[in-house]
Amino acid sequence: MSLLDMIGPVMIGPSSSHTAGACRLGLVAHHLLGEAPRTASIGLHASFAKTGRGHGTHLALVAGLLGYLPDDSRLPDAFAEAEKAELKAEFHDVDLGDVHPNTAQIDLKGDTGSVTVIGSSTGGGIIRVGNVQGFRVDFDASQPTLLLRYVDTIGVIARVATTLAADGANIAALTCAREKRGGDALLAIELDQPLSEPALNFVRAWAGMAWTRMLPKLMDG
Amino acid sequence: MTLTDLMNAPAPASGWVLAQDCEETGLDPADIRAEMARRIGEMRASIERGLSSDAKSITGMVGWNAKGLWDAPDALNAPLIRRVQAYAMAVNEENARMGRIVAAPTAGSAGTIPGALLGVADHLGIPDERLVDPMILAAGVGKAISKRMFISGAAGGCQAEIGSSAAMAAAAVTELLGGSPRACIQAASLALMNTIGLVCDPVGGYVEVPCVSRNAFFAVHAVSAAQLALAQLESFIPPDEVLGAMAQVGRMMPAQLRETAEGGLAQTPTGLAVTARMEGRQPDEGGGMIELPMA
Repeated sequence: MSLLDMIGPVMIGPSSSHTAGACRLGLVAHHLLGEAPRTASIGLHASFAKTGRGHGTHLALVAGLLGYLPDDSRLPDAFAEAEKAELKAEFHDVDLGDVHPNTAQIDLKGDTGSVTVIGSSTGGGIIRVGNVQGFRVDFDASQPTLLLRYVDTIGVIARVATTLAADGANIAALTCAREKRGGDALLAIELDQPLSEPALNFVRAWAGMAWTRMLPKLMDG
Repeated sequence: MTLTDLMNAPAPASGWVLAQDCEETGLDPADIRAEMARRIGEMRASIERGLSSDAKSITGMVGWNAKGLWDAPDALNAPLIRRVQAYAMAVNEENARMGRIVAAPTAGSAGTIPGALLGVADHLGIPDERLVDPMILAAGVGKAISKRMFISGAAGGCQAEIGSSAAMAAAAVTELLGGSPRACIQAASLALMNTIGLVCDPVGGYVEVPCVSRNAFFAVHAVSAAQLALAQLESFIPPDEVLGAMAQVGRMMPAQLRETAEGGLAQTPTGLAVTARMEGRQPDEGGGMIELPMA
């Protein structure tokens, strides 16, 4: 968190947690899908469900799914823009258990792929992503974040770390979760600089690497 | 970075805050200063829009108050107070209209800092270039608060939201007027101490009532804290202990009083009527719709 997160973001009102933060959660799903979104099923938990409509939360989430930033003047017209972009969004209430009251589960589908993201908006436009593709993660998109889904084998993290080091990308934080030994695993690495395209392509080509995404930094600071 | 660290920092406190933040994040101080200057411009633009528009918010509860105050005669012959209040409400009415604002630290409390800092500066004829450093100090105070506590009404009640913005604004105004780092943080502490316990009870769940007028009150509250601190008055309880007390009160506060619209003003007959009207139904109790007070 930097000074620019405290005086900021510049945003379309009315609520930094319900509007700007919701938009950023939509943006996470937008970038992780990596193609034009077609259908979105959005579960709203607790306070997001209760007071979201009055705060433009629904509009902001859809704006984020379309790739708009929190200060985009099209945010209040996000539903009309979604129709133009052929994105169908549906909202429902959901109980996600003991999570922050402002939490959403976004199931987003494109023509070829899909992504599931659970994230919370914790105040002042700051977010925390807690789950991607069913795997526990913990990052706030204040840094470029590399996400890798692969088959759990000995040495993958070491190979990734070596590749990052060779690319000059410094690791700020890392979470790794897997289904079971030798099963699917997901690695989320917060970096000081994004991984270069050649290095990303190098990682993509590895055997057992099922899905890779370089999520850009979404915070101001 | 704690409030105590800030209080004991070499003068000016904003210079120390900027150096610390850049060391932590790797950002360039010149970039932060330039972006803060741009955000002050955004605040000014939202004030100008807010003072000239009387368009209602979607609920119809707010939208004309800033312009109304700005255009009305000065009842107290206290132009500073009126200016600070009008600026603060202008920003929050823009916010309620889904206009463009700068969250500081949140959107619900976005009017307090521009109201207090830009209001005082305009009253005294101080140019915007001199507001960049006080704004950086305000951000530093916010960062110190958010590391210990919460800055959202949902997490800690309105004390966390408007209390944070008032503390940030109080420190900024104090630095603008030449106060020492100690005086700046004492101002923040005094402002926080007088905000503890404030609940978040938005009518209908909208960031409108009491949020808009509350920003006007707390912008004046922040200026008042700066005045006390510049006269060497201090908070009897040390700043970080005040923060600890506020965090404790926030944790003790029931969910009904933390932005859920399940308590306080939101549950008054008028509050329930607004909720019902926005949901397109009759109120559950009270036998029919209540005529809402409109301008």
